[in-house]
Amino acid sequence: MNGLATTREKVEAGLRRRRRTERVFRLTGILATTVGVLFLGVFFADLIGKGSSAFFQTFIQLDVEFSEDILGPGSTVDLEYADFDGLARSALRRAFPEVTSRGERRELNRLVSVGAGYQLRDMLVADPALLGARRSVWVPASSTVDMFMKGNIDPALDEALRPLSDPQIGWIKGLQDRGRIAKHFNRALFTNGDSREPELAGIRGALMGSFYMLVVTVLLAFPIGVAAAIYLEEFAPRSRWSDLIEVNINNLAAVPSIVFGLLGLAVFINWAALPRSAPLVGGLVLSLLTLPVIIIASRAAIKAVPPSIREAALGIGASQMQVVFHHVMPLAMPGMLTGTIIGMSRALGESAPLLMIGMVAFIVDVPGGFSDPATALPVQIYLWADSPERAFAERTSAAIMVLLGFLLLMNLTAVIVRKRMERKW
Amino acid sequence: MTMAIMTETETTENRTSATAQVDLPDEKRDPPATIATELGATVGNVRCENPFVVAENIDVYYGDNHAIKNVTLEIGKSEVIALIGPSGCGKSTFLRCLNRMNDSIESARVTGKITLDGQDIYGKGLDPVALRARVGMVFQKPNPFPKSIYDNVAYGPRIHGLATDRAELDDIVHRSLERAGLLKEVKDRMDEPGTGLSGGQQQRLCIARTIAVDPEVILMDEPCSALDPIATARIEDLIDELSEDYAIVIVTHSMQQAARVSRRVAYFHLGLLVEVDETDKIFTNPQHRLTEDYITGRIG
Ligand SMILES: Nc1ncnc2c1ncn2[C@@H]1O[C@H](COP(=O)(O)OP(=O)(O)OP(=O)(O)O)[C@@H](O)[C@H]1O
Ligand SMILES: [Mg+2]
Repeated sequence: MNGLATTREKVEAGLRRRRRTERVFRLTGILATTVGVLFLGVFFADLIGKGSSAFFQTFIQLDVEFSEDILGPGSTVDLEYADFDGLARSALRRAFPEVTSRGERRELNRLVSVGAGYQLRDMLVADPALLGARRSVWVPASSTVDMFMKGNIDPALDEALRPLSDPQIGWIKGLQDRGRIAKHFNRALFTNGDSREPELAGIRGALMGSFYMLVVTVLLAFPIGVAAAIYLEEFAPRSRWSDLIEVNINNLAAVPSIVFGLLGLAVFINWAALPRSAPLVGGLVLSLLTLPVIIIASRAAIKAVPPSIREAALGIGASQMQVVFHHVMPLAMPGMLTGTIIGMSRALGESAPLLMIGMVAFIVDVPGGFSDPATALPVQIYLWADSPERAFAERTSAAIMVLLGFLLLMNLTAVIVRKRMERKW
Repeated sequence: MTMAIMTETETTENRTSATAQVDLPDEKRDPPATIATELGATVGNVRCENPFVVAENIDVYYGDNHAIKNVTLEIGKSEVIALIGPSGCGKSTFLRCLNRMNDSIESARVTGKITLDGQDIYGKGLDPVALRARVGMVFQKPNPFPKSIYDNVAYGPRIHGLATDRAELDDIVHRSLERAGLLKEVKDRMDEPGTGLSGGQQQRLCIARTIAVDPEVILMDEPCSALDPIATARIEDLIDELSEDYAIVIVTHSMQQAARVSRRVAYFHLGLLVEVDETDKIFTNPQHRLTEDYITGRIG
């Protein structure tokens, strides 16, 4: 009786202490979560604050006369050499007839992007009947005008310290009064490759480069990784060798990614003579990088299949192979796919190894295949972040937003795959 | 109460250590003069009239652990034999030798000779996959596949190619479920997952799955340990029925169950096969002190 009372007392005394520890632990947890969410919030707010403006771009409306001046010899339009810029320039001059001196005209011409000429050329190519006609066209403004319109250039600043002169600001105001300057959705960001001109630079090239690389990576890393995991888990005899392989795979997952880039440079480019800067090589390198991740995740998924299922299948006379493919694989598939998607999102975000294999080059054309020179989204971010122009800063943030969007999409897919394929057993 | 248990354990230990040396007559409990107390050779009769599975001098090692020691046992055609003994004595290990399930345990090593209908199952030419189609197994914990009820039963016939068309497969599935006494309960829900059945139903599903490949021997490792008395009774009836066509080896911890379903009983102790005999004889007149102690509840 006495013993019982003291037991209860002891428990109760201990209980107070346990509750206190639990409270402290919970508070710490809440604090940690709050700090994490706060950091994330600040990061996103900053990113969106800086980058969202890049999704809109300033355009100037010009009344362009597709005059026959651009016709070359033989009355044909030489698309390479015809002076489409001249069309834009003369339209601009017509809009501001009061500007006459050469110096001023040159300043006036700087309001419009060099992209205007390309745009007019494309219009003429699409519709040759335009020759001789007059059209009202929205052409991209230069990036300094864009920056001014977005409030990034302070007109109160000393003229020498800002990229726009007083007359230029005056003309912009004039265009504004006539409703001929406006911000539109920045389609170029999604349809163009990289460019020296910020207003023409887009992420299409980098996106396609990343896409081709991921295709190579998923095609290589998923089957090889899953096969290796199955072999190691189900067939390989336990020996010193398999232990060694296991340790090495785990180590490989932690090797700095740039080392894989060096390996890719040595093996794929120098030895196998594959093209430099190609998504094919990038994909190969990223496959090496993601293989350990996929193998580890797949092995964990295979290990998680209850042994009773294996025994049941073996006991009824299934061969090892049938056990694996009829019973283990279906149950392990969600885990394998999740591991693969997580590996892929890591690959999508990698830039360091790609620097080593030349995917950091300035490439204007959108790659059309696996061996075309290309760059990748994170490398594009790196390149733009390095550019001095103010207009590239907002594009950097915008590209980061797009990259994060894709990562979010992939991780969401992983969650959905897991939810949909997961079965009870 | 505590005191009583203490002495009991003590005496058991004393006796075991004493028997290890010589045949010491125990003056207190005046046993029949013939009772054996020595450990080593199996008492009773390991042979049977119509042997189908014959295990000769089986030893099993898990690494250094000698789990089965020199066991010889014959199992007859269409007989039910129960393996009993205290936990850890090697019943499951012996059972798993009979369909080579120990192959998948890396540390396990089996020596000796087991023949099935005269054929050496550890012999060179024999594929364990083919063996397991002839020697089916029902496990302690019901382990249906996470597939539909139909697919659970159809799996074995499918992989072994026992049915040529869908109708034949349907027929096998229905017959197996019928024999396992489950058909009535599941015939309207064949496409539902087998894992959604109750524990007893799952175990009967596993039995149906096993008999669907029409084996010659069925091994059952404590098939009723997770079941209530009603489900247990159903499975025991089932064993009775199946014993007409199959040789059945059943591991059980329940003396009553062994007495109810089996024709012969084999008693294992620390890896040794201590005694084998007709069920009646084991339970009324055991020939070994350890057997007697076990069935009267003094060990285990
Ligand atoms: N997979 C294994 N690896 C190593 N040792 C094992 C393994 N399985 C069983 N053993 C050992 O072999 C001995 C016999 O085990 P076994 O499972 O055959 O006993 P059992 O008679 O079936 O017991 P229970 O009645 O509790 O099921 C035990 O000492 C056990 O520790
Ligand atoms: Mg057991």
